Amino acid sequence: MTSVPVTTEKAPTGVVRRFLSRRASWVPVFAAVVLLVVIFAAAQAYFGNILTPRVISALLLDNAYLFILAVGMTFVILTGGIDLSVGAVMAFTGMFGASLMRDGMPSAAVVPIMLLLGAAFGLAIGVLVQYFDVQPFIASLAAMFAARGLAFMVSLDSIKVEDGAILWLQSTRLQAGVGSWYITPTGIIALLVVLVGALVLAFTRFGRTIYAIGGSEQSARLMGLPVVRTKLLAYVVSGVCAGLAGVVFTAYTGASYPLNGIGTELDTIAAVVIGGTLLTGGSGYVVGSMIGVFVYGTIKTVISFLGADQSWTRISIGALLLMFVVVQRVIVARSNRR
Amino acid sequence: MTMVDQAPVVEVVGATVRFPAELALDRVDFRMFAGEVHSLMGENGAGKSTLIKALTGALPLDAGVIRLHGEQVRFSTPHDALAAGISTVYQEIDLLPNLTVAENIWLGREPRHLGVIDWRRMRTAARGVLVDLGLDIDPASLLGTHSLAVQQLVAIARAISTEVKVLVLDEPTSSLDLDEVAELFRVIRELKQRGVAILFVSHFLDQVYEICDRVTVLRGGRLVGEYLTRELLRIDLVQKMLGRSSGELVTRQRSDPPTAELTAPYLSARGIEAPGIDGVDVDLVEGEVLGVAGLLGSGRSELARAITGVDGITSGVIRIAGTPRHPRQPRQAISLGVVYSSENRRTDGIISELSIRENITLALQAQRGILHRIPASRERELAASWIDALDIRPSDPERAAGTLSGGNQQKLLLARLLALAPRALVLDEPTRGIDVGAKVEIQNLVTELADNGLSVMFISAELEEVLRVSNRVLVMRGGELVGSHAADSLTVDSLLAMVARPDDEG
Repeated sequence: MTSVPVTTEKAPTGVVRRFLSRRASWVPVFAAVVLLVVIFAAAQAYFGNILTPRVISALLLDNAYLFILAVGMTFVILTGGIDLSVGAVMAFTGMFGASLMRDGMPSAAVVPIMLLLGAAFGLAIGVLVQYFDVQPFIASLAAMFAARGLAFMVSLDSIKVEDGAILWLQSTRLQAGVGSWYITPTGIIALLVVLVGALVLAFTRFGRTIYAIGGSEQSARLMGLPVVRTKLLAYVVSGVCAGLAGVVFTAYTGASYPLNGIGTELDTIAAVVIGGTLLTGGSGYVVGSMIGVFVYGTIKTVISFLGADQSWTRISIGALLLMFVVVQRVIVARSNRR
Repeated sequence: MTMVDQAPVVEVVGATVRFPAELALDRVDFRMFAGEVHSLMGENGAGKSTLIKALTGALPLDAGVIRLHGEQVRFSTPHDALAAGISTVYQEIDLLPNLTVAENIWLGREPRHLGVIDWRRMRTAARGVLVDLGLDIDPASLLGTHSLAVQQLVAIARAISTEVKVLVLDEPTSSLDLDEVAELFRVIRELKQRGVAILFVSHFLDQVYEICDRVTVLRGGRLVGEYLTRELLRIDLVQKMLGRSSGELVTRQRSDPPTAELTAPYLSARGIEAPGIDGVDVDLVEGEVLGVAGLLGSGRSELARAITGVDGITSGVIRIAGTPRHPRQPRQAISLGVVYSSENRRTDGIISELSIRENITLALQAQRGILHRIPASRERELAASWIDALDIRPSDPERAAGTLSGGNQQKLLLARLLALAPRALVLDEPTRGIDVGAKVEIQNLVTELADNGLSVMFISAELEEVLRVSNRVLVMRGGELVGSHAADSLTVDSLLAMVARPDDEG
């Protein structure tokens, strides 16, 4: 590059305006944060004892698998796709892994196999989408049926996990600071996945290409970006996350059951959307998806505090989802008009 | 300044591209020199876009070779062309509004440190390129927050931020105002000094004459010729673009002036304002063919789309059968007897997957509504009679429309519109890209329809054709109506002169 004297920037016409011109896509994430704070505040006012270290620590523990799934799902949705297979793949890898461990294979070998299985499912969906021009919805639906069927092939009953290392992931309560704050290895894994996901999306060419494809696949192609490879890889990332969620969920329940994770793909999508990721792709953040999962988990906790039926969780999430999608449409429509 | 004895930077020899129903490029030769601005001129369907796509790796050549610095190259993706030093700014701004300005410039080539994108360095570098272009915007802002003109300049910033040898600018000025165009030209001249070969495609003749050293003219997928701009008169350029098979008989088919002055026009538009149209008056008189002549971008298609409810008008008065009406949807215009046939036959016209029969009855069925289904027997009858009347071939009504030739697709579209029993027919380039025989058939059909009392507006880039079928001719230039003449009083040369005159002359 030729060195050009960089002119000093004009004073921004307004802090808010400058902020918006740079960070407009963060606005939905802030909305999710506000929502989370409102829910916490309301629950605290009502129950008086919900904002305790124990409850909040449990949020991370109970939803660790969902955090991991949401990260993978964010990659796929950012490209403008969708992955309906994650719940079933999580169940299948969990079943397959548990059966291997029951047959005496060490967990150090089983876990990589589970991750590879998840990757294989993701790759299959990506190939269907990219090379056979199948809608992501249909391709991942097919993978969902396949994975669910395979889970039943492994066993119709639940398989108990005796492996010490796997159970350690769940049972270890690492005390943190004063009070009853704790974190389990599964929680650490979940937070690490969120961190790595966020960094990959923000600081690698692969991550930026994902945003580019979501913005306009055609433009990304004309810019000479590796569209095919990136889209395939996005589904592989989601598949690997599903495999990892299989590990974490198996540890969480101490057993694998072929009916695990039914409807989890939809919970995941709901969390991602509530976290501010546009279903049309190109805009959204892994951190937002994490907030979305917190919202989901908090609502679930509040409902159980109320002693109400858990179907109210679904109803509340449904209502929130509807609200957020409508807000997104309004935002998109407004930016199109510009 | 011209470097005649210098070898061309890029050379295309015998470029041929075949599309299913047509030959988009037919053995075209094209070359560009370093430090020269070259323009590619031609009307719709001349093959400009196809040639650009071939040159930039977006489309493979079916035959022919591309040489870069004398060496044969093959581009299978835009990435290959980019790596070889051919950058393109497309007509539709192909950037990503959801990403920052800096990213749009550097995407795919981001400065990295150990595989991690160095955002700070990327922003600084982006600012450098933008300042080069005289653009003072925040590189960290999202592209979508800026105006189209700024986005255009960002696209150029992206193109010139590489080691660019050949820069292709496809209609870069269409969304820019005068100052911005001047700014762009300053940048182009600077790049020229650096020895970049620039391909500047624009339908603004003034701009072509201002900035270009050399011009290549295409017509109907074929090469007309390559000329130095300063040696080519404007009128000659236009003549080469529009085509003029000299000596070809221009027998007027509609020499008898109908009783135009006596009957009130079926559609009368006054002071029409619409995007690309500035204060135009039109009268469509029954039994008359009104020709519209003008270059691409003159507003000829925009006028047609404005008065037929496709785009609608922003101000002005349209009277249909004496009553003020302002169709905002084609559906409303159709129910008032005004129908429009698009210049884009394949995308905005026929539905390739449906059969000939279904295509013909489509509009009629839509007009009747879902509750009044046309009986199958009536459909077959209708289709058979229109196939017969317009001589559509093959005559099998169950053939998929996409398999027909261009001429027959056009007839099919006419049949669909005529089935609506319209009073005014607006045809936008109905004969573009179809063979000579079918062209004559369509011209005959148009005059026949007018003889039967229909009012026809006939838009074409071919001046002979306009003169041949029309009673009166409107001349459009720069979105304005610059003349309305009886076809009898015009010759191809006088019409050409009116079409080609620079905008700043009366």
